[in-house]
Amino acid sequence: MPDFGFSIKKTRSESIDNGSKQKYEELVRRVPSFKRCFQCGCCTATCSARQFSDFNIRRMHTLFRRGDADGLSEQLKKCMLCGKCTLVCPRGVNIRQLVISMRTILDNGEKK
Amino acid sequence: MKISIIPYSAFVIPFLIGVVIMAVTCIIKYIRWIRMFDAAQRDVIRHNWFSWKTIPALWEMFREGLLHFRIIRKNAVLGIMHQAFALGWALLIVVGAIQSKNAIACMNQEQSITQLNTLIEQNGWYSFDKDKNIILNKRITYDEAGNKVHLHYYRPFYAAIFYNYFIHKEPASFRKAQAYADLMDGLLLYVFLGLTLALAKRLWSKSVGVRRKASHNLVDRVTKLSLWMIFPLRLISESITSSLYGNGGFLTKYLGSFLSPDIFQYFELVSWLSYSVVLAIFFISMPFTRYMHIFTELLLIWFRKIGMKESTRPTGYTRFELNACSRCGVCIEGCPIDKELDNHRIQAVYLIRGLRAHRREAKMKIIADNCLMCDRCVNDCPVGIDISSIRRMTRSKGSLDTIGNYSYIGTPRPFNAIGRIAYFGGCMSHLTPGITQAMQKIFEAADQKYWYMDRDRSICCGRPLRQQGFLNQADDLMCKNTEMIERSGAMMLVTSCPICYRSFKEEYNLKIPVMHHTEYIDLLLRQGKLNLKRDKRTVSYHDPCELGRGCGIYEQPRNVLNSVTTVRKIKEQKEESICCGFNLGNAVISIEEQTKIRDAAVRSLTAKPVDAIVTACPMCKKSFQHATDRYPVQDIAEVVAANLIKQDE
Ligand code: SF4
Ligand code: SF4
Ligand code: SF4
Ligand code: SF4
Ligand code: SF4
Repeated sequence: MPDFGFSIKKTRSESIDNGSKQKYEELVRRVPSFKRCFQCGCCTATCSARQFSDFNIRRMHTLFRRGDADGLSEQLKKCMLCGKCTLVCPRGVNIRQLVISMRTILDNGEKK
Repeated sequence: MKISIIPYSAFVIPFLIGVVIMAVTCIIKYIRWIRMFDAAQRDVIRHNWFSWKTIPALWEMFREGLLHFRIIRKNAVLGIMHQAFALGWALLIVVGAIQSKNAIACMNQEQSITQLNTLIEQNGWYSFDKDKNIILNKRITYDEAGNKVHLHYYRPFYAAIFYNYFIHKEPASFRKAQAYADLMDGLLLYVFLGLTLALAKRLWSKSVGVRRKASHNLVDRVTKLSLWMIFPLRLISESITSSLYGNGGFLTKYLGSFLSPDIFQYFELVSWLSYSVVLAIFFISMPFTRYMHIFTELLLIWFRKIGMKESTRPTGYTRFELNACSRCGVCIEGCPIDKELDNHRIQAVYLIRGLRAHRREAKMKIIADNCLMCDRCVNDCPVGIDISSIRRMTRSKGSLDTIGNYSYIGTPRPFNAIGRIAYFGGCMSHLTPGITQAMQKIFEAADQKYWYMDRDRSICCGRPLRQQGFLNQADDLMCKNTEMIERSGAMMLVTSCPICYRSFKEEYNLKIPVMHHTEYIDLLLRQGKLNLKRDKRTVSYHDPCELGRGCGIYEQPRNVLNSVTTVRKIKEQKEESICCGFNLGNAVISIEEQTKIRDAAVRSLTAKPVDAIVTACPMCKKSFQHATDRYPVQDIAEVVAANLIKQDE
């Protein structure tokens, strides 16, 4: 079965210790439309990168929202910025900018 | 004995200083930029600097540097303003030089001591003997040995600029003196025409057909003021001199006749001095303001004509481009971000100004990011600056742009498509299956063997990444697609998405022809491979930016549509078409903002009654579809496929 990131596994449990709200706030400042995301998964369903791998954009931004950013930076590099996700998102989330911003924020974090 | 005579008065000093500082600064800057050229650009200079391309280059330098044809075509009034300043001033210098050359040649011929004495008396000239002693005794005609003195008049280059002051009585043998003087006055009037238009633009820009003019910084404004003052001061000085000596052309004589010599003799030097000082201010500030474009534009035209191009990172050529911008503001006119979103900070003119002034990188990135890359400004810019390339390099993502991220795609399955047409739908076409189905129908109806290379899943062409400044990542994807296409042995590539099309054409180095489906259908129609029935509807056609302005494909889609339906001309078409707003070039604007731009495009497409909107881009189609239920939105391929007459029927 394709994995749309809904299954209740370890990833569903939020770790408050790891969580960093700061990064999420920074992300929302950069991409205000992200607040509107209601986790429908349309983005993942249409994703070009997804068609080749287990890349799951909905899971990525959900993990980021929770502050669970381990290895996220590497994962996000798989995105081709093709823009299909942005076009299908029913909530008008600017997902391409979301990807770029998440990468920028994570990258800056690593540098510090 | 020989006496040398030279026109000189202290008021020329500011002018001379100005010219020297300007020349030195410009030369230093130019040498620095030329040394910043990358290897490819150096090669171009080495191989092409003087070739058959030189003649068209010279013509274009004249046409665009002085006549300003391109601005005139965009906005006649604005163009004439630029032309009057550039051509008028240049001619004032050239004609002035010829005039002074002739006058002084005549004086050298006449050898008139009387003339010499009047010139010296009236303080504009100095004479030297052979030991460079200034001669105070004015009435020398013969030297000690009793030989007649030989007079030699020099002509320093400033003689052309201050001609009326230094030669207020032209030698009798200079017969065309009056004609030259009148011509010079005529040219001055021509510059005044430009000045009046500039003033009108400053006070009420709509009067010269400018919706929004560029806003300038303080240094630019001061320099502009000095430029504007040059010509009135020249006129005043010449008129005063004319009131004293009765020289000058129709205009200066006329004005001079109103001035009383008794009073104005005291103002003559002051006035010429102010003229010289204002010139100096303009010249000294020129290399540091937008007026640097005057010479840089000429050099840029030269470099471009001999085949130089922007690279992917800033080079010396970029410096030339940045400095060639005259901040004319033409790029603001059509920008949808300016028009629809009221954002007046991101347009080409401001991006270029910021980069030129080496503003902070983070700040420049913000400006560079907020742009649709719709190329409207690239198309409009009269200097022909490659703004989108400059924007792309400003967007460069630095350390984020890593390679090897796409290993998950793996090696594309080899497919044997020898003798077939490779069809690349593109990522976006997967969201508009109508287009890809229509294309398949068309391939089949025309009996063409094709290979739908991204039927199941598509590797993006890489252009969206490139537009966002991820060059390495884009190259990664490009390699994957190139490998897939080349290994298949396909003989041609047809794509449905203008974004991919431009990428394949400009960025990829494919050995096979690349066609957008509108071109391809046009070809099939001309070969008589498709039979179509008439569709009775009247439609409006939207030129997708990447297809139209990007690749210059305007006629083929219209040919195709005309053979099926009736196409209604709209106001903003072809080069002026409005972006659908959903362009992948802009990742930062919100969907609400995209919608505003889209609505402007839809308004323009439906200004006259039409039955449907037709476009040639999956992205535009998607965008317009969300906008309106009143009009069906179709791709050209769909219109054609729906009106196919089956061969066997
Ligand atoms: S499609 Fe939009 S709303 Fe749905 S999960 Fe993705 S971002 Fe959220
Ligand atoms: S832009 Fe990235 S996340 Fe969105 S569909 Fe394309 S590859 Fe997937
Ligand atoms: S970029 Fe071109 S159009 Fe815009 S201000 Fe500069 S010269 Fe004018
Ligand atoms: S490319 Fe289009 S959106 Fe960008 S600045 Fe030029 S006109 Fe405006
Ligand atoms: S979607 Fe169409 S109009 Fe919009 S940017 Fe692309 S090519 Fe231009």
